[in-house]
Amino acid sequence: MEKFTVLTAIAAPLPEANVDTDKIIPARFLKTTKRSGLGVHAFDGMRYNPDGSEKPDFVLNREPYRKAGILITHDNLGCGSSREHAPWALLDFGIRCVIAPSFADIFFNNCFKNGILPIRLPREICDALMDDARLGANGRLTIDLERQVVVRPDGEEIGFEIDPLRKHLLLEGLDDIGQTMQHEGAISTFEAARGQAQPWQTRIVID
Amino acid sequence: MAARTLFDKIWDSHVVERLEDGTAILYIDRHLVHEVTSPQAFEGLRISGRRLRRPDATIAVVDHNVPTSDRTLPIEEPESRNQIETLERNVREFGVPYFPLLSERQGIVHVVGPEQGISLPGMTIVCGDSHTSTHGALGALAFGIGTSEVEHVMATQTLLQKPARNMKVVVEGTLGAGVTAKDVMLAIIGTIGTAGGTGYVIEFAGSTIRGLDMAGRMTICNMSIEAGARAGLVAPDETTFEYVRGRPFAPQGEAFEQAVAYWKTLVADEGAQYDKVVELRAEDIPPVLTWGTSPETVIPVSGTVPDPAAEGDEAKRAQMQRMLDYMGLEAGQKIAGVPVDVVFIGSCTNSRIEDLRAAAAIVAGRHVAPGVRAMVVPGSGIVKAQAEREGLDQVFLGAGFEWREAGCSMCLGMNPDRLTPGQRCASTSNRNFEGRQGPGGRTHLLSPAMAAAAAVTGHLTDVRELI
Repeated sequence: MEKFTVLTAIAAPLPEANVDTDKIIPARFLKTTKRSGLGVHAFDGMRYNPDGSEKPDFVLNREPYRKAGILITHDNLGCGSSREHAPWALLDFGIRCVIAPSFADIFFNNCFKNGILPIRLPREICDALMDDARLGANGRLTIDLERQVVVRPDGEEIGFEIDPLRKHLLLEGLDDIGQTMQHEGAISTFEAARGQAQPWQTRIVID
Repeated sequence: MAARTLFDKIWDSHVVERLEDGTAILYIDRHLVHEVTSPQAFEGLRISGRRLRRPDATIAVVDHNVPTSDRTLPIEEPESRNQIETLERNVREFGVPYFPLLSERQGIVHVVGPEQGISLPGMTIVCGDSHTSTHGALGALAFGIGTSEVEHVMATQTLLQKPARNMKVVVEGTLGAGVTAKDVMLAIIGTIGTAGGTGYVIEFAGSTIRGLDMAGRMTICNMSIEAGARAGLVAPDETTFEYVRGRPFAPQGEAFEQAVAYWKTLVADEGAQYDKVVELRAEDIPPVLTWGTSPETVIPVSGTVPDPAAEGDEAKRAQMQRMLDYMGLEAGQKIAGVPVDVVFIGSCTNSRIEDLRAAAAIVAGRHVAPGVRAMVVPGSGIVKAQAEREGLDQVFLGAGFEWREAGCSMCLGMNPDRLTPGQRCASTSNRNFEGRQGPGGRTHLLSPAMAAAAAVTGHLTDVRELI
């Protein structure tokens, strides 16, 4: 996973609530067995006409937002399906940070696993950042994860919260499976004790 | 010890270790795997040289991509076929128990788990699918995860999690004629909104919930995610124990009695505190359905489509108008009487034998309206066989329904069962998002009985007129 330290990028404003993961990547594109290559299908229904041509009004079809590295929306971003293809599609498009007043739980988790930083900020601040974003290339935002601030084009800094463990994993670009495997002894001990206390726990074996 | 909720009890009994920032290493009892969200996880294990830690706590099925037509024919869509073949290669390589396409035990993962006794009270159950919340109906902590977490569970049989907050939704009273678990859950989502449960695990309680059979409880817990909640729970009781008794992978004999003794402790303590409590009266819930492209857009079937002009927030007003345009509806229009093109009875929300019986009761003696395509997709091969023993297939086929093989089907249109642009569908599934059932498709979420009523009249209909 790529480290997340400081990101300065064009931000795309998408002033909608409940942008669900079916919108971010429709189910018909989930037939891949890879993580990469989904960027071209990101927001497919909003981005393309049925004949495959681009919808010129959609923000990610306009310059300079084709090169956006940050996406800003309204409430409940990523609701619906648990598909990790949603952050994979965003990442493949080039999005490394998503900002919204609130996120759906599973999507929020999935972002961290892919080096995407999700930032919760109040609605008024998201609206103000969308105003910055509308300046396009002149409205680049900087995200400094170590200092936990979003820096606006005028230099104003807005703080944000993040779990210390998640921050550490993002800053170092670490895979959390390796971290958990260091606790293998505790897992085995727990498992053995559980088997003793609850002997009725069944195993799944198919002949 | 402080009074604990049901969630607290299941959580506490699965914490392997608490890390310094409050994150827990949470032990996972059951891992359900399907073909869409697992290939990258298996590939991850392979690349890192890791083993799958507990194949005997893992079960794999194919459901999302599978055709629901003749299974003896080759799968036509090459990408779907590839995903299914990839799963079959992976389960062989990693030794994962698997119900193949031609097995009667194949079906939608959230129907199969409870049906086989693989999902049991008090367990932690995960799957790379948001509707894993379904299994909470058994009194298990069950939730959806992403593919990276699927790989994490495969490698470690644990997840890194922070505890959720506790919400209780209490429904008291007796449901009216024609009102089902689906109506109750849609009414709850309409009340708290699609983000109302974010950060919470919802425990469903009250006499109405207690009075539901397991299929109804699964419908309720299934759509917890549509209220934003990570999981739904119903405390296990005699209904649960009787449901579990004798299922293939459930404990048997004396072991079952030992298990029941433990499961009976899985209730909230007297005085347990919830961060949020929501109360509904069963008598206040009519048959309902959705009008828009979010599951919270719930109205009574006797109601009218709301007017965006009445919405104060500009962004929300614009979004409502966009929904109306997408759905091809006018503000103020009566929802009953709107013609439908397709009726879909199926999905992990409503494809169990009880759902099919409820639909068949409305269909019996009637015929699908001209020009309507109506389909029934049973949740598993076992459900299908049971329905056929009861003659339900003949009721549906005789009325002009399609009677298909088990799978996710038109709930999300990954297989050939899809709406075409502009088609309007009365659907027993769980999501009415834009394009969910096919690009440009228009979805109204409703109960199996209401779907059956739409099929035989050709339009959205108050099922109470047909009973």
